[in-house]
Amino acid sequence: MPRINRNQTKEKMDFSALKKTFLYCKPYLPAIIISIICAVVASVTTIIGPEKISDLMNTITGSVMIGQKINIKEVVDICVFLVCLYLIGAVFSYVQQYIMAIVTQRTSKKLRTDINQKINKLPLSYFDKTTKGDILSRVTNDVDTISQTLGSSIANLISSLVLFVGVTIKMFDTNWILALVTITTSLMGFVFMGVILGKSQKYFNKRQAYLGDINGHIEEVYTNYNVVKSYNGTNNEKIKFKQNNNNMYNVEWKSHFMSGMMMPIMNFVGNLSYVLIFAVGVSIIVGGGTSVTIGTLIAFIIYARLFSQPLSTFAQSMQSLQQASASSKRVFEILESDELSDESNKTVKLDTVKGDIEFVDVKFGYNEDKKIIKGFSAKIKSGQKVAIVGPTGAGKTTIVNLLMRFYEVDSGDILIDGKSIKDMKRESVHDLFDMILQDTWLFGGTIRENLVYNKQGVSNETLDKVCEAVGLNHFISTLDNGYDTVLTDATSLSEGQKQQLTIARAMIKNSPLLILDEATSNVDTRTELVIQNAMDNLTKGRTSFVIAHRLSTIRNADMILVLKDGDIIEQGTHTQLLNQNGFYAELYNSQFSEDE
Amino acid sequence: MLKYLRKRDWIYVMTAVALIVVQVWLDLKMPDYTAKLTTVVSSGMAKSKDVWINGGKMLLCALGSMVSAIMCGFFTARVASAYSRNLREALFNKITLFSSAEMKKFSTPSLITRTTNDVSQIQMFVAMGLQVIVKAPILAVWAICKISSTSFEWTLVTFVCVAVIIVAVGIIVGCCLPKFRKIQKLIDNLNNATRENVSGVRVVRAFNAERYQESKFEQANNNLTQNQLFTSKVMGLMMPVMTVAMNGLTLAIYWIGAYLINQAPILERAIIIGDMTAFTQYALQVVMAFMMLISIFIILPRAIVSGKRITQVLKTNLSMQSGNCKSGNKVIGKVEFKDVSFKYNDGTKDVVSNISFVANSGETVALIGSTGCGKTTIINLIPRFEEVMEGEVLIDEINVKDYDYNELQNKVAVVSQKAVLFKGDIKSNITYGSDEQIDDDDPRIERALKVAHADFVYALDKGIKSEVAQNGTNFSGGQKQRLSIARAIFKDAEILIFDDSFSALDYKTDKEVRDNINQVLNDKTIIIVAQRIGTIRNADKILVIDDGKVVGEGKHNELLETCPLYKEIALSQLSEEEL
Repeated sequence: MPRINRNQTKEKMDFSALKKTFLYCKPYLPAIIISIICAVVASVTTIIGPEKISDLMNTITGSVMIGQKINIKEVVDICVFLVCLYLIGAVFSYVQQYIMAIVTQRTSKKLRTDINQKINKLPLSYFDKTTKGDILSRVTNDVDTISQTLGSSIANLISSLVLFVGVTIKMFDTNWILALVTITTSLMGFVFMGVILGKSQKYFNKRQAYLGDINGHIEEVYTNYNVVKSYNGTNNEKIKFKQNNNNMYNVEWKSHFMSGMMMPIMNFVGNLSYVLIFAVGVSIIVGGGTSVTIGTLIAFIIYARLFSQPLSTFAQSMQSLQQASASSKRVFEILESDELSDESNKTVKLDTVKGDIEFVDVKFGYNEDKKIIKGFSAKIKSGQKVAIVGPTGAGKTTIVNLLMRFYEVDSGDILIDGKSIKDMKRESVHDLFDMILQDTWLFGGTIRENLVYNKQGVSNETLDKVCEAVGLNHFISTLDNGYDTVLTDATSLSEGQKQQLTIARAMIKNSPLLILDEATSNVDTRTELVIQNAMDNLTKGRTSFVIAHRLSTIRNADMILVLKDGDIIEQGTHTQLLNQNGFYAELYNSQFSEDE
Repeated sequence: MLKYLRKRDWIYVMTAVALIVVQVWLDLKMPDYTAKLTTVVSSGMAKSKDVWINGGKMLLCALGSMVSAIMCGFFTARVASAYSRNLREALFNKITLFSSAEMKKFSTPSLITRTTNDVSQIQMFVAMGLQVIVKAPILAVWAICKISSTSFEWTLVTFVCVAVIIVAVGIIVGCCLPKFRKIQKLIDNLNNATRENVSGVRVVRAFNAERYQESKFEQANNNLTQNQLFTSKVMGLMMPVMTVAMNGLTLAIYWIGAYLINQAPILERAIIIGDMTAFTQYALQVVMAFMMLISIFIILPRAIVSGKRITQVLKTNLSMQSGNCKSGNKVIGKVEFKDVSFKYNDGTKDVVSNISFVANSGETVALIGSTGCGKTTIINLIPRFEEVMEGEVLIDEINVKDYDYNELQNKVAVVSQKAVLFKGDIKSNITYGSDEQIDDDDPRIERALKVAHADFVYALDKGIKSEVAQNGTNFSGGQKQRLSIARAIFKDAEILIFDDSFSALDYKTDKEVRDNINQVLNDKTIIIVAQRIGTIRNADKILVIDDGKVVGEGKHNELLETCPLYKEIALSQLSEEEL
């Protein structure tokens, strides 16, 4: 039984999953190293820049102060040097981004491919525990988060680190007093911002929660609008919506306001350090310090900016690495789940199938502690039509799951023509069966693709023959493009037609054994008659298993197994069982009896 | 769209604009002081006092600018949030008026995204736009005015820089935009491929089609990767180009400055140096203003699309208008179809045609026929879920279109094929839509639950206060169906419609519920759509529907004689002797 297992506790800084993602990038290690070198070079050019600007400024003011003309040649030299420096910096930082783009995109492609292939290697029990939406979001959202954050984060972190260290050294090298002034103001600003960020995050999280409420509510109302209207529930729903909407408004503007405060504060801190650098600088000059010039001050103003840049990058990178880590964890959770056992050494194969099937004391439970099938034994002769009936939860579908080896029996054995299915490869077992389920599974594509599926070389004649057998030929002839009509959400097929298509698909596969699991439950009884004929064609000569809650479907079965709580409580043909006047008879009669 | 701003919001908008002007004025005042600071230092006669005075003034400006920016942020945050709140409410209220025609036109998922996602897009635009659209032009124009008088050459360089940035961004974004538009579609494809594989996992394995599905996925995966690789390569150009442009601008100003100083008389040279640093800052302000504008233009297209999607909903003409007849006739519980036909807007063929029948007060009428024959459509015409095209549907001898819509709904209780439960508790679900205050131990609740065989709830820990999850996922299909039947019984309407509501129940429960209904609600008119012959064989009147037409009418035994289709259906379920 599906159970949703989601107790995700608040993530701590846990980067172990990230390590695995990094290992995924391993084939690109040389590229990553080159990219890191580029990042370092780009940072170095950024650090050298201010010093040259300082020289430039000094050249200009120096001559002004002593009343001479500026040495233009010197100016041009510095300018040309700077132009080259900037261009080199730009080129290197682009090369770095270019390489990282390739690395991250290829890695995320590989992750997606691996997850998808993993889906086909997981035991079916995995899908009982996990919702479809969850798997989908791992393939797209989580991998997307990884690719968006990882690539930029690594490179940014490294280049920021270089910048941070470089600028700090440069500043202290130039003038330690000014360096302290710059660093203190920047750090002050950051502490302040951290506080605000924390607050705004709180409101932002609340906003997401309220948005979830609104989403859930409108989904309910929009989907069930007929019920809402016919019970005159509109007014109550409006009141409820208004409440949710107001809740959201109250936290939303706060979160926006808080996060909007960041920029002005940053600007102020920038200006503050500007003034302080000048004030302190001038005091040094007045005090007779010769190490400080106008150029130094200009350089420090640029340093102040360069210093706060890596700080905010660190903060951002930490945040995004945390996200990437959470996503990596989810991605590797699926990638590292236990796979189906390897079967390459199994050799038993049935070439010609007679179709004798035997269940020998089969026991099985989806959970260790709760057995669904408690000792099921049955012998089915070749060509027999076996019906399995019983109340919901009795374990009917479970038997099919075991037969197809979607799940492995806990104990006991299932034999086909005397050979245990455990000794065959799963694929070989699947090849033995045609299976038609209640949920008609069709995919976006043409009718032909849906019918032929992965079988090679199916001729039009075969298609015609099969479609006639299931009663689809008329429907397909009314379509403009016949077999090549594309099935989309817009093509409205009735449940019956969908089921006819899946039966046709099974007929084309043409396996020696057949399973029908509630195959006609979604169609009305008259359509069922049409399909029934098709299925009778299909069951002819094949050993077949039919599960149905509509008992009319199975009256003509050679053997009816009545299953209750995992045990066969009755067994026989329709008439035999009615004569027994037991559980089956009660089940059967309740559909007619009518007190009059 | 502007009418969703209320009066108070407009006052906020005005205040925000005023604050922006103040902020720009202060921002542009600051470079004057930096110029003075530089002049003081570069003149070689630096005095701490001058620095402190000018620095102090500059800091005052900076402080003022920060305060006004934060206040402005306060007002815009409130306006943007209030606007989106009002917009969401307007959308929700409008959509609750939609009938199924409009619902189908837009589709439910689309309406959900329009109410949430699209509104968020608009909100983001308003929040950012209000500040940037107002601020950037003021800043740009004001700053340009200030600098253009200082030096023609410097101004020219600034404009070149702006032009370079605009062109570069234009090219980069122009290249990427079509690809960005495609990304959503490509992600959808990828999702579809995965969803297909997961939802059909049994079939895929039964057919050993793993490789087949994987190759489909790879194709989608490849397309997505190619697309994203392209955009990230091109978008990567943005930052280096910007950095070069900004650094280049500063450098160019100094470079040109050197020449300007050489040409100037000696005494003015120190002042030019001050101007130069000030100019650098002004120029950077101008560039920033343009960059802000560009960023707005990048989010603008999305906001426009969202805006269109929202107005589309708000401006939809309702296909169904409520009538104004409040009180019914003396007759109670009579339903009559007079030559009724219906087709969907886009369809050419009638879904149902020329339906005529009468369900008298207290009668049970059953509809039977194959899936897709139009049974549900016929009963949907009674509570006006769908609108009659030709002919008329009368309840108590009054056309359903003439009833006040709420009044009409009070007369009819529908239980749909798919059981619907709402998030809340059992009581809120049973008493759904009721205006009055209802006690927990109200006997009507117990009665409804008993009749619908839903008294299993009393065995639950919290009884009728037991929680119901969204879509009722914490109850089984049969339980949900019994609860939704209980809701209809609680409503105590004169006409009860069961649209194949019993098929989720097993035969035994099905029969027990129907027995209860027959006993307790024998004065009500009941219309049943069913598939099982057993469910309907005792009805006062059975209508056999085929391809949207009535092909047989009468009691069970009569129909077995007169209607071949009915006999066919009956035989498909029961053997000859059981009939």
